Amino acid sequence: MIEFRMPSLGADMEAGTLVEWLVKPGDAVRRGDVIALVDTQKGLFDIEVFEDGTVENLVLKEGAKVPVGTVMAILNGTKEVVQKATKLEEAGAAREMPREVIAPVQTPPEIKASPLARRIAKDLSIDLSIIKGTGEEGAITKADVENAAAEKKQTPEQEMRAETAQQPSSPKEKTAATADSIRMAVAAAMSRANREIPHYYLETKIDMRKALAWLAEANKQRSVKQRLLPVALYIKAVAKAAAEVPQLNAYWEDGLQLKEAINIGVVISLRTGGILIPALRDAEKKSIDEIMEWINEIIPRARSLNLRSSDITDTTITLTSLAEGSAETVYGVIYPPQVALVGLGSISEQPWAENGMLDVRPVLVATLAADHRASDGQIGSRFLMAFKHYLQEPESL
Amino acid sequence: MEQAGSTIKLTYREALKQGIREALKKDDRVFLMGEDVGRYGGAFAVSKGLLKEFGEERIMDVPLSESAFTGAGIGAALAGLRPVVEIMTVNFSFLAMDQIVNNAATLFHMSGGQLNVPVVIRMSCGIGRQLAAQHSHSWEPFYAAIPGLKVLAVGTHEDARGMLLTALQDPDPVLLFEYTYLLNVEGEIASNAGAVDIITAKVRREGTDVSIITYGAAVPKALAAADELATTGIRAEVVDLRVLRPLDEETFLASVRKTHRALLVEEAWRSVSVSSEVSARIMEKAFYELDAPVKRLGGVEVPIPYPKHLEDACLPQPNDIVNAVKKMLQHD
Repeated sequence: MIEFRMPSLGADMEAGTLVEWLVKPGDAVRRGDVIALVDTQKGLFDIEVFEDGTVENLVLKEGAKVPVGTVMAILNGTKEVVQKATKLEEAGAAREMPREVIAPVQTPPEIKASPLARRIAKDLSIDLSIIKGTGEEGAITKADVENAAAEKKQTPEQEMRAETAQQPSSPKEKTAATADSIRMAVAAAMSRANREIPHYYLETKIDMRKALAWLAEANKQRSVKQRLLPVALYIKAVAKAAAEVPQLNAYWEDGLQLKEAINIGVVISLRTGGILIPALRDAEKKSIDEIMEWINEIIPRARSLNLRSSDITDTTITLTSLAEGSAETVYGVIYPPQVALVGLGSISEQPWAENGMLDVRPVLVATLAADHRASDGQIGSRFLMAFKHYLQEPESL
Repeated sequence: MEQAGSTIKLTYREALKQGIREALKKDDRVFLMGEDVGRYGGAFAVSKGLLKEFGEERIMDVPLSESAFTGAGIGAALAGLRPVVEIMTVNFSFLAMDQIVNNAATLFHMSGGQLNVPVVIRMSCGIGRQLAAQHSHSWEPFYAAIPGLKVLAVGTHEDARGMLLTALQDPDPVLLFEYTYLLNVEGEIASNAGAVDIITAKVRREGTDVSIITYGAAVPKALAAADELATTGIRAEVVDLRVLRPLDEETFLASVRKTHRALLVEEAWRSVSVSSEVSARIMEKAFYELDAPVKRLGGVEVPIPYPKHLEDACLPQPNDIVNAVKKMLQHD
């Protein structure tokens, strides 16, 4: 008997709501099958089963919210069923019975692999079940594993566009796999960044009173659809600051390469985990409304993994802006070969001293992570001050 | 003095004879005894001319009783001589098996280390000369199973020239298996060739794709197969075991660790053969290095037939080795 429990989808998940069962009692399930949809704070997740077997009992009712670790269903493992069946047959029980028990059980295909191939696969964390063997009777050989490893290695190093370029045949089915590959891509890019880029960080606090007031005023004249969010201002301010301090709108590839176009990558978190960074091209030439329009269009497309390659190429500087109610400060990791990343926390009310007076203001903490090979603190500081300045004069944006 | 690096061409038979002659010259305790080794010059003409050169005391014809003369050889060894006992063919050695297994192999142990038996027993063996079922045996696996014996398989001209010399230095009984099939085969050895070690297996040809592990008369066949495989881009390594007891497993395990595939080739019947033992050692000590199952090519398990085409069909031939390797490496 196998107890299928509410999984933990990340350290921050405490509970999940069962939205839908995708199996019913008696169904045969294989390791990796999606058997339920669970809603969490981070979104709707496909839940996979980790063993082969048969669904015996669905304990949890749809709609129930339970803590991580709660038993959701009872499964019968493949081995047990087979054993049980054999026993029944040995005991001379009615012939039909064991057949009924056996029927739903599908024996998992045995993976034939050489001992060396298995050892290498283990060392390289390669899943043998996805490899097609070329050895005797289809056995997986060392060469097969090494080829698979080479492909795997290539994947994260390719730009994320490669991941998103694939059009999933059935979105639901493909999401998990693509989310996995996005994770791998992020992992590779961020590992490289931390390995290669000597980051330095600057931080400044920005009084957002004027900017928010300007937004409130501007939104009065706009329909709900057209309403502006602070992030539109941020993008524009980053664009103008980057135009003013071009050393940060650049690549570091065999030295500093300044980029003429200002294509701002905006980090978008996916519900299934991972991030995508579509870029707004020529951001400095776009109006606030055009920027907002782009945001409204790009976020759903990014979340449904429906980006085009042009959306994520040629990014020259990255902006990560945390959602409302999130942490106040974020120190980012630069996306190579770029040389700077602007990190914006969520706006919070804070005591604010100005002209010898104390007040409470909506405050945005802006940070800059920059590549010390490409620039020094003074340049970084100029950039942040420029960014701050533009947010003080939203009408100029 | 011979020039360093120069080689001479000679038959396997001649190499054996030169080895015996050098041993006789070097040490006057050494003598050759066996059926027809003297006046007749040896059943396979290996000792032809030696009687005239060394005299009756050193080249001794014996009565047709394997048990008696092998026992006499063991006695001579115990008494301090260095006898070389020739048993005409390995199948006759069964008549002397009691002497070999119960005396030669055991006395050192049963005497608590007091009695060494430094006897060398040469036996002609192997298949391929149309000598029919009773004279075409490969009994190396049999003797290789017996503690107390050293068992050597003479698969090359170099070893034909040098193994006897080293065997005579050994304080314990050594069995040399010489292959009738190779007697007329010519080969090149260094003109100053002499004693060789009788401890290690040797890589006769280096390769990276598969280890062909073999011994005796199958060595030249494996080398021929490796040549042919090389023309198709497959680099086969050929390991000549040489010493069947005690096995030098480090050499063949190192080869398997390099190529990750092993094809074991021998002329003896496949079941309970030397290959069985080598295969088991690979499983025990290099399992996680294997990229394919260990494969064996051995003799077909029938009494060896007389007709040439059937006899040939009973043995792994170079073509069989080539096909077996290709099958291991190439799949569709």
